[in-house]
Formats: sequence, structure tokens, C-alpha cells
Amino acid sequence: MIEVKNLYFTYPSGVEALRNVSLEIRKGEFVAIMGQNGAGKTTLIKHFNGLLKPSKGEVLVDGVNTESVSVAKLARKVGFVFQNPDNQLFSETVEDEISFALKNFGFKDTPLRRRVTWALKLLGLTEYRKASPFMLSGGERKRVALASVLAWDPEVVVMDEPTIGQDYSQKEKLRQFIVQLNMQGKTVVVVTHDVEFVSECNPRVILMSGGEILADGFGKNVLTNIELLTQASIVPPQVTEIFMGIKDLGFPVDIIDLYEAKELLMKRLGRK
Amino acid sequence: MAIVKAQSLTYTYPNAEKPALDDVSFEIQKGEFVILTGPSGCGKTSLCRCLNGLIPHFYQGELKGKILVNKYNIVDHPIHELAKHVGLVFQNPENQLFALSVEKDVAFGLENLGIPRKEMIERVDCALKTAGIEDLAERAPHELSGGQQQRVAIASIIAMNPEILVLDEPTSFLDPLGAKRIFKVIGKLNESMDMTVILVEHRLDLAAKYADHVIVMDKGKIALDGKPRKVLNSDETRMLGVGIPKATRLYQLLDEEKALHSRQVPVTADEMGKLVRGALRA
Repeated sequence: MIEVKNLYFTYPSGVEALRNVSLEIRKGEFVAIMGQNGAGKTTLIKHFNGLLKPSKGEVLVDGVNTESVSVAKLARKVGFVFQNPDNQLFSETVEDEISFALKNFGFKDTPLRRRVTWALKLLGLTEYRKASPFMLSGGERKRVALASVLAWDPEVVVMDEPTIGQDYSQKEKLRQFIVQLNMQGKTVVVVTHDVEFVSECNPRVILMSGGEILADGFGKNVLTNIELLTQASIVPPQVTEIFMGIKDLGFPVDIIDLYEAKELLMKRLGRK
Repeated sequence: MAIVKAQSLTYTYPNAEKPALDDVSFEIQKGEFVILTGPSGCGKTSLCRCLNGLIPHFYQGELKGKILVNKYNIVDHPIHELAKHVGLVFQNPENQLFALSVEKDVAFGLENLGIPRKEMIERVDCALKTAGIEDLAERAPHELSGGQQQRVAIASIIAMNPEILVLDEPTSFLDPLGAKRIFKVIGKLNESMDMTVILVEHRLDLAAKYADHVIVMDKGKIALDGKPRKVLNSDETRMLGVGIPKATRLYQLLDEEKALHSRQVPVTADEMGKLVRGALRA
């Protein structure tokens, strides 16, 4: 679905944000891109919908080079949810906000209203339909931004730090929601720092540092590799940390899942 | 000594139907490290806004009941007066930064207070160092990453040396190592300078170990208020959708199965590891 080949990107200020990045995201995959502040994560995903064009190398979306199509056209396919919802929201009501892009994509009347209702319900925003986005809390505004993208049903959903400002139960909803999107065959790309969220979702993890890809693999392998994590300014999930502290007692350390952890401990503790 | 004291505090934003804070009463003692948590929209941010008088002076609306901050009734004192005692770090650093260099941003508050130049330079340097951003002094804040900006925002508050430091999800934009570092900085300010810290946070895995008081809010009310181990281990906290530390949750799962029990409920990975170690040795 998304192919990145030897991508380099240098900002006009001269900062080289991406260096020789190559990766392939297949249709229907769920990928988490992780790494320290300034690692190039956001710069990378901005290439997925053509907001940025490569300085060198190329990016193909569904086989089409992003340099040859407009952002507007790509946006229909690749929905982008920004890190800071305030950069995205501008309407007077939540309803208008969600309708805006749909109108631009040519939706009208009943289908438009149906989609708005659907998106509001999906993200638990129904009661805020007529509210001003700016009266809402940070976490709620974030969900409005997400709803406005999901409303037009893009094939790929790219989210920049979706869990920021979200409480635990909203994150749990977001997780279920991503699983659901994924089951419908949608490709989901999430940029995040949230190790606990990633350990619960267990997606493919791409770890970045200094504009390059450090590691690409299963969460279980990447999130338990201390050396790589330290390079990327990530701390391991707390479950992994517990197991690292007791590995001398014969416990494995590649554990990120709470329930797997419980089973392992039950086996030893239960026997006593 | 109670440094913050709220009595039946009720606040409604202009044109809002429901109050954002509904009959809230609590006390915070001087030198405490308080974590304020609860579901999105529960009133945490509104409460922070009361602490430095943004509510009601800036946001207007209707305030009932009473809140005393450092013995000042916020209603009777303007924001700039309260700002000397209460430093507020926002969720989104972009809302707070505006100067052309990091150094100037950090110095801004001090300039307004008319601090002598020599002392100002010392305090700015010290604040930059505490926040771990000495190397960014000359950079433009708007060119920095979200995480770096948040550390600038924290440094500019540290420079003011307030008695009460209020942080509204200060690590949201930071990578985990950066977040860990900020919590350490805040912990140090609390411990060595006896600064009262009120931290609004969802990510309790990293922050819990510093707290000596946890307040959970829900729908504008105080739902739980007490010692961290007690609050974090309560079913009610979890049912409200508060993300308790994984170490605590793992302990609960094992406790339910009667496989592990302790009077000291673990809130960190370290404590959980020690508990398992002890249980296997017994």
C-alpha cells in the first residue's frame, strides 16, 4: 500500500530529517512508528499523503508516486490525523467540522448526515454535535479531529500521536477501534511514544532514531530490546521492566503482554 | 499546613449548561506531590485554571464556594499576583512559548517581576540546566520539537521559583525517556526545594512513584482522594477508566487468584519484582 524507497528529506533550514529510509507497509497492516522527539517520525508520515515530497528517493501510495498527484487526491485515500488537533480544527461546531471534508469530497444531504452521525457515535462524541470544538477538552478535540478524518472512510489512516491527552478508557476504545478498522482491511499507521499503548495493541513496530530506521519487527521483539530502545529514547513497557528485574530467577524477558505475564507468574507462584 | 484548600467549589463556564467543577472540596498540604487524574473532561484542567486564577478572572463564568491558594482567595487576587505563587505548565507548550529564543522565553517572567539582571541570568541558567536544555538556550522555541518545547515551558516556570507548581499533562508530547527525565526533575524540585507539585497525568506508570497523594476526579467531582497505594489499588479507580500502573494491575490479577498478596501494594516495576522475588523465596 505504501512503499518508501531510499527516502531522504532535508528541510529548507538545512536540517536533514530523513536519511535513506526504506520500508513497505502492506494493505491491512497495523504499524506503530516509534522513536525519540525529533527522530523524523512525523516527517516520514507526512510523505504518506504527499504533504512533503522527497528530497531524494520516492514514495509510492497504492503504486502511485506521490510527486505525480495532488495532496487533495491522496487525502481521499490516506487520511491524516495531526498531533495537535488545534492545527486541524476551525469550525464553529463539531458537526460542521466533521462535515467539512465530506463536503469537499462531494458528499451531500442524507449520506453526509449519516456519515457525520456515524463518526460522532464511533468516537463517543454524539452529545457534542452542536458544541464548539474549542469548548472541548484536549482529549475530546483530538477525537473530533479523528472523527473528521474517519468520516470520509480513507483506506489508510495515519495518526500522529493519537493517545496524547486521552485517558485510559479512551485509549482502550481507540485500541478496539483500530483493531476493528484493521479487520475491515484498513491500513493503520500510528506514530506514538506510548509504549503501554503499543504493548497492548501489539502491532508491527518500526523504531526510528536520527532520521533512520533502527529496527522493524514484532512488538515483542523490538520493545524488549533494551539496547535499541535506549538509542531511541524509549523505555520498555512496565511489564517488560518487571521481568527484566527477575530474569535471574529464570523468567524470560521478552514479555510485553499483561495476561501473558500473569500466566507466567501464576505457573511459578501457584506451585508454591 | 494546607497550601490549597477548596470548599464546595463549583464553577460553570459562560454559556455552559453543566458545571465543570461540581461541589469540589479537598486539601493539599505544603510540600506534597499530588497526582490529579481522571477521565478526559472530568474537570482536571478547570481545577488547574482555578489554582492560578485563570478561572474566574480570564474565563469568567460563575464561581461558587471557595478556593484558597497559599491563603489567598483567588477571587480577590488578580492572575499576575497569583502567578508569583503558582506556576502553571500547560498541556500544549505552543500556547505558552512566544519569544525569539529559549533564553528570552525563560527570562520573560523574571523580567516582568523586575528581578536584577545578575540574579536573572543565574536563575535562567539554573532553570535551563534543571530542565536539561542548556544546549538549546539560543534556539528559537518554535523550531524545536514538541518535547523540547515542553521542557522550555517547564524551565520558564522553574525560573519563577513558585511555591506551587501545577503541571497539566506536561509529558504528553515527550518520548518516554524524556518523560522519565521530566518526572525526575519535578520529583527533585518537590524533594529538595519543598515545592508543592500538582501533576495532572494519565500516564501513571512513570509518575506514580513520586506521588504522596492522589486525587481522582470524575464528572466535575472528586471521586477518590488519598494515599497513592490505596487509591491506585481501589476497584473504583480502575472502573472509572484510570490507567493504573501495570505493576499494580499485574499484582491485582495475581491477588485475585490468591497467588500473591502484600500489605504494600506495588506501584512500580521494581516493587513488583521484589514482591515476586520475596514470594518465590518464602
